[in-house]
Amino acid sequence: MDLSTYYLGKRLKNPLVPSASPLSRNIDSMKRLEDAGAAAIVMYSLFEEQIEHESFEIDHYLSYGTQSYAEALTYFPEAKEYNLEPDQYLELLRKASESLEVPVIGSLNGVSTGGWVKYAKHMEEAGADALELNVYYIPTDPALAGDDVEARYLDVLHAVKSTVAIPVAVKLSPYFTALANVAQRLVNAGADGLVLFNRFYQPDININELEVTPHVHLSDSSASTLPMRWVAILHSRIKASLAATSGIHTSDDVIKLLMAGADVTMMCSALLKRGPEHLKEVLEGLEKWMFEHEYVSVEQMKGSMSHKSVHDPSAFERANYMKALNRYKLLM
Amino acid sequence: MSSNQEGPRPSAATPVMIDGNEAAAYVAHKLNEVIAIYPITPSSNMGEWADEWSANGKQNIWGTVPLVIEMQSEGGAAGAIHGALQAGSLATTFTASQGLLLMIPNMFKIAGELTPTVFHIAARTVATHALSIFGDHSDVMSTRSTGWGMLSSCSVQEVMDFACIAQAATLESRLPFLHFFDGFRTSHEVMKIQELSDEQLRAMVDDDMILAHRKRALTPDNPVIRGTAQNPDVFFQSRERCNTYYTACPGIVEKAMQKFETVTGRRYELFEYVGAPDAERVVIVMGSGAETVHDTVEYLANKGEKVGVLKVRLYRPFSLEHFLAALPKSVKTIGVLDRCKEPGAAGEPLYMDVITSLGTAQQNGTLPFASMPRVVGGRYGLSSKEFTPAMVKAVFDELKKPSPKNGFTVGINDDVTHTSLVYDPTFSVEGEEVKRALFFGLGADGTVGANKNSIKIIGEETPFYAQGYFVYDSKKSGSTTTSHLRFGPKQLKTPYLIDRANFIACHQWFFLEKYNVLEAAAPGSVFLLNSLYGPDVVWNHLPRVTQETILEKKIQLYVIDAYKVATATGMGGRINTIMQTCFFAISGVLPKDEAIAAIKNSIKKTYGKKGEHVVQKNYEAVDQTLANLFAVKVPDKVSSTIELPPVVSPQAPAFVQRTTAPIIAGKGDTMPVSLLPEDGTYPVGTTQWEKRNIALEIPVWEPDICIQCNKCALVCPHAAIRVKVYDGAALANAPETFKSMEYKGVEYKGLKYTVQTAPEDCTGCNLCVEVCPAKSKREVKVKAINMKPQEPLRLPERLNYDFFLNLPEVDRRTVRTDTVKGTQFFQPLFEYSGACSGCGETPYVKLASQLFGDRMIVANATGCSSIYGGNLPTTPWTANNEGRGPAWANSLFEDNAEFGLGIRLTIDKNLEMAQELVRHLAGAIGQDLTMAILGAKQSDEAGIHEQRERVDVLKKKLAGMQEAEAKRLLSLADYLVKKSIWIMGGDGWAYDIGFGGLDHVLASGRNVNILVLDTEVYSNTGGQMSKATPRSAVAKFAASGKPTSKKDLAMIAMSYGNVYVAKVAMGSNDAQTIRAFLEAEAYDGPSIIIAYSHCIAHGIDMARGMTNQKVAVETGYWQLFRYNPLLAHEGKNPFKLDSKAPSKSLKEFTSLETRFRMLEKSHPDRAKELGAQAQADVKERWALYEQYAHDGGTAAPEKVEEKQ
Repeated sequence: MDLSTYYLGKRLKNPLVPSASPLSRNIDSMKRLEDAGAAAIVMYSLFEEQIEHESFEIDHYLSYGTQSYAEALTYFPEAKEYNLEPDQYLELLRKASESLEVPVIGSLNGVSTGGWVKYAKHMEEAGADALELNVYYIPTDPALAGDDVEARYLDVLHAVKSTVAIPVAVKLSPYFTALANVAQRLVNAGADGLVLFNRFYQPDININELEVTPHVHLSDSSASTLPMRWVAILHSRIKASLAATSGIHTSDDVIKLLMAGADVTMMCSALLKRGPEHLKEVLEGLEKWMFEHEYVSVEQMKGSMSHKSVHDPSAFERANYMKALNRYKLLM
Repeated sequence: MSSNQEGPRPSAATPVMIDGNEAAAYVAHKLNEVIAIYPITPSSNMGEWADEWSANGKQNIWGTVPLVIEMQSEGGAAGAIHGALQAGSLATTFTASQGLLLMIPNMFKIAGELTPTVFHIAARTVATHALSIFGDHSDVMSTRSTGWGMLSSCSVQEVMDFACIAQAATLESRLPFLHFFDGFRTSHEVMKIQELSDEQLRAMVDDDMILAHRKRALTPDNPVIRGTAQNPDVFFQSRERCNTYYTACPGIVEKAMQKFETVTGRRYELFEYVGAPDAERVVIVMGSGAETVHDTVEYLANKGEKVGVLKVRLYRPFSLEHFLAALPKSVKTIGVLDRCKEPGAAGEPLYMDVITSLGTAQQNGTLPFASMPRVVGGRYGLSSKEFTPAMVKAVFDELKKPSPKNGFTVGINDDVTHTSLVYDPTFSVEGEEVKRALFFGLGADGTVGANKNSIKIIGEETPFYAQGYFVYDSKKSGSTTTSHLRFGPKQLKTPYLIDRANFIACHQWFFLEKYNVLEAAAPGSVFLLNSLYGPDVVWNHLPRVTQETILEKKIQLYVIDAYKVATATGMGGRINTIMQTCFFAISGVLPKDEAIAAIKNSIKKTYGKKGEHVVQKNYEAVDQTLANLFAVKVPDKVSSTIELPPVVSPQAPAFVQRTTAPIIAGKGDTMPVSLLPEDGTYPVGTTQWEKRNIALEIPVWEPDICIQCNKCALVCPHAAIRVKVYDGAALANAPETFKSMEYKGVEYKGLKYTVQTAPEDCTGCNLCVEVCPAKSKREVKVKAINMKPQEPLRLPERLNYDFFLNLPEVDRRTVRTDTVKGTQFFQPLFEYSGACSGCGETPYVKLASQLFGDRMIVANATGCSSIYGGNLPTTPWTANNEGRGPAWANSLFEDNAEFGLGIRLTIDKNLEMAQELVRHLAGAIGQDLTMAILGAKQSDEAGIHEQRERVDVLKKKLAGMQEAEAKRLLSLADYLVKKSIWIMGGDGWAYDIGFGGLDHVLASGRNVNILVLDTEVYSNTGGQMSKATPRSAVAKFAASGKPTSKKDLAMIAMSYGNVYVAKVAMGSNDAQTIRAFLEAEAYDGPSIIIAYSHCIAHGIDMARGMTNQKVAVETGYWQLFRYNPLLAHEGKNPFKLDSKAPSKSLKEFTSLETRFRMLEKSHPDRAKELGAQAQADVKERWALYEQYAHDGGTAAPEKVEEKQ
């Protein structure tokens, strides 16, 4: 049985890839992921804010209140060097690409084309096999039109692509008016792959403290239907790799997304909940299912139930909603 | 110093721009193996450098990294060095002032044992009627009798050179050396100097001498004993046995100086004469003042005056031979200048040495002069008092008189004993080739940092000689800084402030509204102003005096809106780089492009380690500056009607008007002696007159939302937000915008309630808003307290605050003392201190003043609390309307517990004597009153009040009686009212230097209350590690994170069993804090409260200090508990744990504070290791406390609930 797949121009031994998460914050857990069968690892994201603000913050707090009072002209000793988060990230990436056998994908998260973009190059130099560009953006400004938002994605992609030679995937949010069009334009602009989708942390309200609290909600399998639809729609329509992420917890989820047309399936919540070793179970489940159902390769399965491949493509379209509605009415 | 460029020499390093402390530390670190340190201003930086260099692996000239250890006191450092020397290493320490005094016992020993070492001293005033952090020779002069060699440096270059010469001389002579230079003036002056290279240092130090020293070491391989006890039979002779070493020493030092000349080309002599070869008038002087005299002498001699100066380098051993040889034969009159005062002596030390030397020579017939010169002595420069060429000129003029004054002073106006010489302040010797620039900035705006960079650029990138000196005011928040930069083609001998500047920059507009920043402007100078107003309109906004000065002195005016540029380039409030760029652009010291490149290079050096982004932002600021810098076309007429306001309100009392106001106005230097108290006693309640207006935003109260919890008032570090309840009738005269609401509780039903801000005293710290729990139901971001811009509110709120203060204070007997809410109706008797904005200590101090202030005496250890509590011009300690309030004193750093205990003993004795007298006079006083007075409980406010009333009656009765006993009782009667003794200080005092005394006081059983304001570092001296510093925190002297855990002072105190102990954190549980204060005070025995105090030295967002305290407790980093021995008497468990088991990981706390996060950045692996250990500490400590809480039968930690 051939589980191999191609993602961002690289042959991967199977379609299971842990997505950016705290599990890639140290070599040990990355090793565990590799041992459990991960075919590639996307490192946790280096954020634009981190790159830009960390050095400001360090400077601010180390110099706050200094040179003001004769007895205490400073409050801290001067360090020989400061291992800033980006430096630590690059160091870890360097170590990971040296010590892991599977490809390591660096992840950059930002929304502007500022100086932080050069970290793409630094990641390439540190040994990243590919980059995932995570454009995590909530357009709150009513004056900002959809075109402007899309232009940002394209600008960031341009900026990054112009500095690196390694493949670049773009991780998208599902909230576009014309997602297929955006996907197409990103691919035209050089995206080697699309990762569907970003899950935003959702805020919550604490009614006793009257505070907005960040809410980290780990996904479950039900979340996979959103990427499933769009992977199915985009498969074979665009010339780029497709990674499915969100709600992939079980081998069944993996199979569904592969059938929809994903080149790889990415896992995060499931691994955070159950540990890196869960990946092995999913992989075994995939093999078992393929064996039982006499599939010989992942390639064979990939896209077999995409928008183009199914008998009734409208099942992925609006009609789906109508049918569901009708059935609901009947049940009433 | 003179230069001799001949002959081959070891390779020299390039010129550097450093200050005296760095120069001394550089050589000390290069030439030693063991360094024991302890922080004390102004020498702390030497220890900091040594620690930092060793932490970063910097090696000495023998290729090993010196071992640096912080001790618990200077006495400890001296002891450790004594031991290290005895064991044969090259060892040193650095200190000043009281620190040096603590070393004296060991210094006698080290000298008696003929042990080579060099101690480096930033000479500082010894505290007398007051403490002073500034420089004079009173400390080093106190060590004259120890038998140490004493070598005096006059300038930063000499500091580096003499540090080396002293090391060479000590090894050969075996006499230990004190190498000293003037605190601040030299220790903190940045100068362009030649750094000694390793090769030069190697050439100066003879390895054979080091081996000889090591050979004398204590070792079991060749055992000897030292430190014997001797008897009358041989001690005396033994003491004389060392004489030959003292005789030989001057020659050895001279030889070392000669060798130094061959190595470096710089020539020094033991006594160095400069001036006319046929001088008739000579000044003899030591330290930085010698530079000023030198410069003045050259100027006067060039004008044909027969004057000269003799600089004393080697003060001990004092070489008569060298001294006489150095003086010109023509001298007729000598003026000896001492930078210290020995009241009651026949003269100051250097003067007496000169007199003795000349007298001895005369007797011996070796006097090299035609006749005995006339010698007078004078004092100058105490506590860094300015010493200028004008004053030197006055001294020489005095020496010209037939009977010059002896015991004169210069630099002050002594209108009491008329010692002072009159001088002409306009006299100057500075040539036009020296460029002088003066900058006025705020501590927070980065002015000093930028100027340190600028002068470094000039010194290192141009052929100019350069000098930078920086002056700070006495406040820790909103402080004003003045930077004095000089540069010129010749070496600068100008250790005094700039009084005629070619360039003046004012980095904050509001300075113009306070004083005339152009006072020191030279005619035709340039004035750079950071102004909101552009070049076309700025003129009309300038105060009248500024306009007048600009026109009168023909000053060229430039403006820049630096805050606009800072905002546009993402620099926030930091305008340092922008103003620096303007300075270079206008001054033309470097061609424009070179200047910009140099600034950028310096930015890269300063910020590069902290990331590329901050570098880029600074670059952007530089690039945008020039387009925003404008020359102003100055009109030819004064048009302004804006006058400077009076320094203090006309309502201020006479003392404040006369004495305090000039100090506030920066005119203290001109105040005559008569205006100052004889014994250092000052009135309280003076901060109220110093309206500083430093807050950009102040809290504004929203009655509709307020729930009247009074937490805002509780946490205010400056008592600038207050609450009152009062009769509604009082509102009849209220100002228009005064806010009021019905009081909600039952205890003051029917009364009105107001929360009021002191708009001009608030520092804008935001702590009140942070703790305010009440949020608007319509818009949660609106609280019952919100910050609003101060400027538009200043006038109306000033009226409101005046009205508020005049509302009657609440009757103390009606207050629910045991509630947060209740305590805040007590008047704070500690207000508007100069502590840091958002200080974590002062809320506790203020709380104590509210609860017990009207019967409180405070013994305050030296440190932050003694500075914000007692640094002139004003004091925050104040009195209530009856004239009662805390009496406060600071003794020393190390003795505060003992000092407080002494106060307690006197109070106890006074009470005992008063009670005895009451009994004796019972017949005259009346039996009922006698019984009532002697039996009074005084356990609450009502009890105190009643006793006061009884004492009033008693005093009235006594006033009419003539018996001596009655008079004695009258003088003691007030002691019949209970007094509350508070011993306060920081962790540096309680855990380290004062621990021995604190421990003894705890063991004394006496009724004292000890408040430890635990910031976990030496905050006042700039964040050095103490034994209260937690594991894994970065502090100075713990640059790679403190490896050991925090000392459990509470546990030590509890071990006595009869000590009340509490650990509190107001931001976590304010009710527990109040309970602890009340219980501690009520306990008739020793009490100690260890109060977690967030601090600027933690590298935190000070606006969220109280939240950090909360998280500290939630993570178990800090625990809350009370140990009350009274409960044990009742058979209960005395230990009550008031905080819950840790609910969060320690990381959630440590990630909030730079002191911990910095280690992750500087030493990531060590951070992980120490972080894990610190988490284990938390668990262990919690388990121990929990066990304590359970062992006595208390099943669960008792939660202190707010009673309202």
